[in-house]
Amino acid sequence: MKNLKRFMVLSLLLVLCLSFTAFAQVVTIDFLNFSSSGDNEVHLEKMREIFEAQNPNIKVNIQTIGYGDYFVRLMTSVVAGTAPDAFELNFENFAAYAMKGTIMPLEELMEKTGFDTSVSDPNALAAFRSDGKQYGLPFSFSNVIVLYNKDLFDQANVPYPNSDWTWADQLDAAIKIRALGEDIFGIFQPIQFHEFYKVVRQNGGRLFNADMTKFTVNTPENVETLQYMVDRVQKYNVMPTEEQLSGMGDWDLFAAGRLGMLVTGSWAFPYMMENCDFDWDIAVEPGNTAKATHFFANGLVINKDTDKAEAAFEWIKFLSTSKEAAEIRVQAGWELPAVTHQEILDLYAATTPPESKSVIFESLQYLVTPPVIEQFGELSDILGRHLGDARDGFVTPQEALDAAQAELESRITL
Amino acid sequence: MGKKLTIFLFLLPSLVGLVLFSIIPIGTSLYLSLTEWDVIGGPPKFHGLKNYVQILQSEEMGRILGNTLYFIVLYIPLILTVSILVALLLNNPYKGIGIYRTIYYVPVLTSWVAAALLWKWLLNARYGAVNAILGWFGIQGPSWLQDKAWAMPGVVLSSIWKDMGYFSLIFLAGLQGIDKTYYEAAEIDGASSFAKFRYITLPLVTPTLFFVMVICIINSFQLFPQVMVMTEGGPGGATQVFVERIYNYAFRYYKMGYAASLSWILFAFIFVATIIQLRMQKRWVHYDS
Repeated sequence: MKNLKRFMVLSLLLVLCLSFTAFAQVVTIDFLNFSSSGDNEVHLEKMREIFEAQNPNIKVNIQTIGYGDYFVRLMTSVVAGTAPDAFELNFENFAAYAMKGTIMPLEELMEKTGFDTSVSDPNALAAFRSDGKQYGLPFSFSNVIVLYNKDLFDQANVPYPNSDWTWADQLDAAIKIRALGEDIFGIFQPIQFHEFYKVVRQNGGRLFNADMTKFTVNTPENVETLQYMVDRVQKYNVMPTEEQLSGMGDWDLFAAGRLGMLVTGSWAFPYMMENCDFDWDIAVEPGNTAKATHFFANGLVINKDTDKAEAAFEWIKFLSTSKEAAEIRVQAGWELPAVTHQEILDLYAATTPPESKSVIFESLQYLVTPPVIEQFGELSDILGRHLGDARDGFVTPQEALDAAQAELESRITL
Repeated sequence: MGKKLTIFLFLLPSLVGLVLFSIIPIGTSLYLSLTEWDVIGGPPKFHGLKNYVQILQSEEMGRILGNTLYFIVLYIPLILTVSILVALLLNNPYKGIGIYRTIYYVPVLTSWVAAALLWKWLLNARYGAVNAILGWFGIQGPSWLQDKAWAMPGVVLSSIWKDMGYFSLIFLAGLQGIDKTYYEAAEIDGASSFAKFRYITLPLVTPTLFFVMVICIINSFQLFPQVMVMTEGGPGGATQVFVERIYNYAFRYYKMGYAASLSWILFAFIFVATIIQLRMQKRWVHYDS
């Protein structure tokens, strides 16, 4: 009797111990993201289900916040010491977080887990390096191409854009399409910082010197570039003025069939598929003396202070490189997975419209990334203000860029 | 002793709120204004008055002040005139005047974000109601929010619409506080209604006018939600104002110390403007004693 009792107590203790260790093995990580907000939360949820099935010891607590509030929220949680274990950063904010040491370098974890870098898109992976260290894994990427309305091109009797097009060819086509009607415009390409740093590259210019120690905003190449952009609005009016646009979005203008060409991101595809009742396709952006195309990426990073780094790494690795996650992403039309799996790329290319999906990959040959500087937001606002002044005809492109150069020199530390 | 303790205990809830949500944040922001703090990269670094010097020397400061003054110059005369006129209308003993008073007050209760979105469309250059109405009189309306010269007037228009109800309510109270016997005496003397307004109503409503002006100036310096929603400081910085800049420096540019200094400078401006008004009031405010 006494023995039985002892046995029962012992076995109970054993069970308790076992269950405790089992509990201890399940790690719950917090993950904060913006890019699934809106329509894609269900797809992220699907990725999580697959991940948790594959990794029974890790549970992921996903929090999704819209892009508009995301960085304020993230910043406050970092200050309060309650930052999530893993989170998403866009390329522009990544630099600040890496340089401030808020996020963890991943080299050690990559080595430990035998991370195969060949699975990741090399450009996207390189985007999340800072000071020679890998701080993030790419979540998705996207680039900018020229969407064009085939019907308007046919009506204007202009050949469709191709990869060899130059600024002059594009302007020529835009002028002919503009002639089709008072309310029809040739092209739309926003005149703001995000376009400008790329368009100057198409003319052999740059906003910074080679080692990023000085601004070179008002060089002759850049002035010529801005002149070309402004002329499309003011002189040829192939692009609507702010007044002609009157608050109408550029996507809507295109979807309404009133725009020949639209320079915009691959993230516009789902919207255009839904809203365009005419034939449209895409082409690589034209250049003047050189070719240059945008490259945007969202990355996944790990909080420097987390004690669950390994679990967090498994999760971001899954999101970044697994075939399962990539497939869900492609099927949902949710930007581009940053992977090199051939069947995933084939699947992507097979999803139409646009017919010329290969343009997306062709564009990657000419990619330019946004400048990596800490004061990114401020730089973008200051330059944007001067570009707007030129666009609206208050100052000449030369004056605008001279003023921008002076202001940036005094306000931004490179 | 026991009595003091009781008093203290009763005061405690509001004291805690005051200390926690006002005194401590004010003190912290004063300290932060003397530091450089990018929020995400560790604790604030003390660097004295550098932020203040930088702000006061910056070109931006001139622009912010210019824009704020532009707002004040347009807003104050308009809001005073409009809300006094509305108050005079609402002071009449019409049937169902209560309904009108309510209608005029509705914009005050509307959220600024909703109101600003609405005004963004009303001020649309091509499809907006404002330009359509101007069009009836053969006036080609400007492209309000896209035009450097007209963006601030656009913001002013929306602010007038929004604030009119509030200030006319205050004026209404002021008007109703005027002793009826003055008017009776004036009528016996055969004064016209303009004369009655000019020599009785206006002087006796000056205390209210003074109060409204002080509040309006303070509100003008703190201009924010309408700008944030309608123009985001644009076009070309034409509607950049104090609070909009403070928000951007703190939450978009990661310069919390700089933003804190800017908010203390804003405080200084409001403080000085209010002192000046208090000093000036002896010259034009009549208290009916």
